[in-house]
Amino acid sequence: MDLNFTAEELAFRDEMRKFFRTEIPESIRTKVLEGQHLTKDEIILQQRILNKHGLAVPGWPVEWGGKDWTPVQRYFYADEIQLAGVPGGLAFNTSMVGPVIAQFGSEAQKKKFLPATANLDIWWCQGFSEPGAGSDLAGLRTKAELIDGQWVINGQKTWTTLGQHADWIFVLCRTDPNVKKQEGISYILCDMKTPGITVRPIQTIDGGHEVNEVFFDDVKVPAENIVGEVNKGWDYAKFLLGNERTGIAQVGASKARLKRIRELAAIEPMGEARVLDNPKFREKLSMVEIELKALEMTQLRIIADEKGKAKGRPNPASSILKMKGSEIQQWITDLTMDVAGPYIMPFAMSDEGSGRNEVGYGPEFAAAAAPAYFNKRKVSIYGGSNEIQRNIIAKAILGF
Amino acid sequence: MDFDLTDDQRLLKDSVDRLIADRYSFDQRKKYMAEKDGWSRDNWAQFAELGLLGVSFDEAYGGFGGGPVESMLVAEAFGRGLVLEPFFATVVLGGGLIKRAGTDAQKMAMLSEIAAGTRLVAFAHVERASRYNLADVQVTATKSGDGWVLNGEKSVVMHGDCADTILVTARTAGSRRDRNGIGLFVVDAKAEGLTRKGYPTQDGLRAAEISFANVRAADVLGDPAGALPIVERVIDEAIAVLCSEAVGLMHEMHVTTVDYMKQRKQFGRAISEFQVLQHRSVDMFVALEQARSINMFGTVMAGDDDAKSRSRAVSATKVQIGKSGKLIGEEAVQLHGGIAMTMEYKVGHYFKRMTMIEALYGSTADHLAKVADSGSLFA
Ligand SMILES: Cc1cc2nc3c(=O)[nH]c(=O)nc-3n(C[C@H](O)[C@H](O)[C@H](O)COP(=O)(O)OP(=O)(O)OC[C@H]3O[C@@H](n4cnc5c(N)ncnc54)[C@H](O)[C@@H]3O)c2cc1C
Ligand SMILES: Cc1cc2nc3c(=O)[nH]c(=O)nc-3n(C[C@H](O)[C@H](O)[C@H](O)COP(=O)(O)OP(=O)(O)OC[C@H]3O[C@@H](n4cnc5c(N)ncnc54)[C@H](O)[C@@H]3O)c2cc1C
Repeated sequence: MDLNFTAEELAFRDEMRKFFRTEIPESIRTKVLEGQHLTKDEIILQQRILNKHGLAVPGWPVEWGGKDWTPVQRYFYADEIQLAGVPGGLAFNTSMVGPVIAQFGSEAQKKKFLPATANLDIWWCQGFSEPGAGSDLAGLRTKAELIDGQWVINGQKTWTTLGQHADWIFVLCRTDPNVKKQEGISYILCDMKTPGITVRPIQTIDGGHEVNEVFFDDVKVPAENIVGEVNKGWDYAKFLLGNERTGIAQVGASKARLKRIRELAAIEPMGEARVLDNPKFREKLSMVEIELKALEMTQLRIIADEKGKAKGRPNPASSILKMKGSEIQQWITDLTMDVAGPYIMPFAMSDEGSGRNEVGYGPEFAAAAAPAYFNKRKVSIYGGSNEIQRNIIAKAILGF
Repeated sequence: MDFDLTDDQRLLKDSVDRLIADRYSFDQRKKYMAEKDGWSRDNWAQFAELGLLGVSFDEAYGGFGGGPVESMLVAEAFGRGLVLEPFFATVVLGGGLIKRAGTDAQKMAMLSEIAAGTRLVAFAHVERASRYNLADVQVTATKSGDGWVLNGEKSVVMHGDCADTILVTARTAGSRRDRNGIGLFVVDAKAEGLTRKGYPTQDGLRAAEISFANVRAADVLGDPAGALPIVERVIDEAIAVLCSEAVGLMHEMHVTTVDYMKQRKQFGRAISEFQVLQHRSVDMFVALEQARSINMFGTVMAGDDDAKSRSRAVSATKVQIGKSGKLIGEEAVQLHGGIAMTMEYKVGHYFKRMTMIEALYGSTADHLAKVADSGSLFA
């Protein structure tokens, strides 16, 4: 057992650290580290820089721009990108639809979509959830029928994150209503400009516009836009959700946030002293750090376990990463509110959502504190809710 | 970075795992507890034969030459077996202090006997009002001729009832809580003026109250006025070992609970079919894995020469272990129902040992306060 990294591994880490901190504009990184929303252009800009240097889609097959990295290198990439406050590749593109097309798509689809997806020339959104199909995703009802050589889609998707920016949507559709629900689903790619699609915003409790409803009304899609085989979409979706789950741990991002909270607490006045001088606050902060340290070690153990194994089925232990990682992110937003104190109260909205100090009262960071706390409730709901993760562990690990 | 064991470590793990499987069923343990010392001399001889009693000593002193990882492997297995023998008192505390503070001759004399299983050691440091402060020492040592004479009282000395040798912290200078002026004395348990009252502890182990009335020390380890930093270091190392034992306890409690849930039928089905119980046992599992993870960090960091980062890491580990242990222990009892309330069933005994470990060398709250006062855990 040796918890030290090799010289080559550390050199790789340093290379990543330097790259992210010198090549990605500081204005973008600061916003991320302060917990503020980015504009569409900022997200695109940074992904194109990453892609230009071959660092947007390291998880993809090498022939499509991926990297043949070791698990430790993948770990350092994720850790350093998050520590630097770089948003990284848009998850819908880089960890959801891209790997699915690369794995199951046709050659024509790969050529058409993968380079544009890596470069964020196409902005994808995820059309999975429906009003009646949340955790029980396989119960989805949006249907696609093959009529005159085209898929005709009717139904409704919801919670579609950043659908307002999207060029394309990957949609799970019911293509056979007469079989077991998992066996009648297909995975279809659809241009958002197709007639019959309507996007309606949903405002989240923090005041932001992050999610949408997407309505499909006789939307006609070319037959070749189906990925893989008809009625096999559920397998592709499961493949994708495994990727999503590990991405949600966010250990590096949480480390960066805790560092920032410590800095802010050392500045923020509290009587004659600073917030950080309050032992109760420090203990709460330390407790979160301890859990995060343990989670970091858990993540390294899971990574070490991958060594020498073929990539593929996600380790069910990665459900721990999702559960603990999301809890920690939520605790962190609570800590930020502790630092802000009464200045969590002023509320202001702008085009970029809430979280900017438009009112001008109190410290700059405080305006984002409560919205972040409200917003982060989502992380234990999406990506397979934490209850669903418990079901996975109960079944796959404990054998219930 | 890798979590693999070396070949030697794997052999050690196999042999200690086999030992526990062969000798430490719950029923066997009951028999050992009924023996005169409250544990088994026969087991002790077996431990010596397997090299476990010198696991962390240099080969020159009859040891196995292992480091923190070796100690972790032994302690974790001992936790799973709920071992009664005075391994922690003799090898981890006693051996650790002699190893860090002793001269070559002292090590040669004492460590080799510990490793051979022929000398039992206890460490007497707790006093009536000291709680977890190792610097709070009122037992005195005064110079007399070329030796030292001890007076005062020590409490809850683990396995102090059976020890041949007692290591005692005593004040040679300064006032009650001064960091300076503390010495570490070697006292023969049979020395004139030493009286001890042994008793069982909640977890089925043993401890003693020991009083010293003009007791002549046999020897002193290191600087008679400057022992505290070494004591603190050894306690950090000992906490890491206790945490490893705790991981073994938690593992066993979790596995036992999951097995029981699959067997116990109520309402016409196994209670493992109730989702509320499934989720609670998953929370136990997550707590266990978090504990196991940070314990690896704590184990490695316990060997760090830098006192500040070592202590911070060890305290952080103790906090997570305490938090996970409490959840797992309480839930293990709860999910079993009434059966876990009985002495006849094993889970309650693990719960009790876990609870004692939480209180040893500082509670979760104490260690959290220490971490909170020592800056970020992340470099
Ligand atoms: C901010 C946000 C962004 C999102 N972005 C997207 C997106 O871009 N694309 C997309 O397709 N979806 C998206 N989602 C949807 C997300 O995947 C769903 O919210 C999630 O699957 C849960 O479904 P639900 O909200 O319908 O809750 P429900 O499934 O109705 O769950 C309600 C409660 O019941 C619990 N529960 C459900 N089933 C079980 C069970 N079997 N055992 C125990 N407990 C159970 C849940 O854990 C939850 O606590 C987003 C959601 C949010 C909040
Ligand atoms: C100290 C003590 C004193 C007692 N005194 C008496 C007495 O004087 N007279 C008497 O008659 N009895 C007495 N009892 C028995 C007591 O009522 C039972 O222990 C209790 O009913 C639980 O039953 P059980 O222990 O068999 O646990 P089980 O019923 O086997 O339950 C095991 C676990 O499964 C859970 N569980 C069971 N069913 C469900 C379900 N449907 N959904 C979710 N979870 C479930 C339980 O909450 C528990 O966590 C006593 C028990 C104790 C511990």
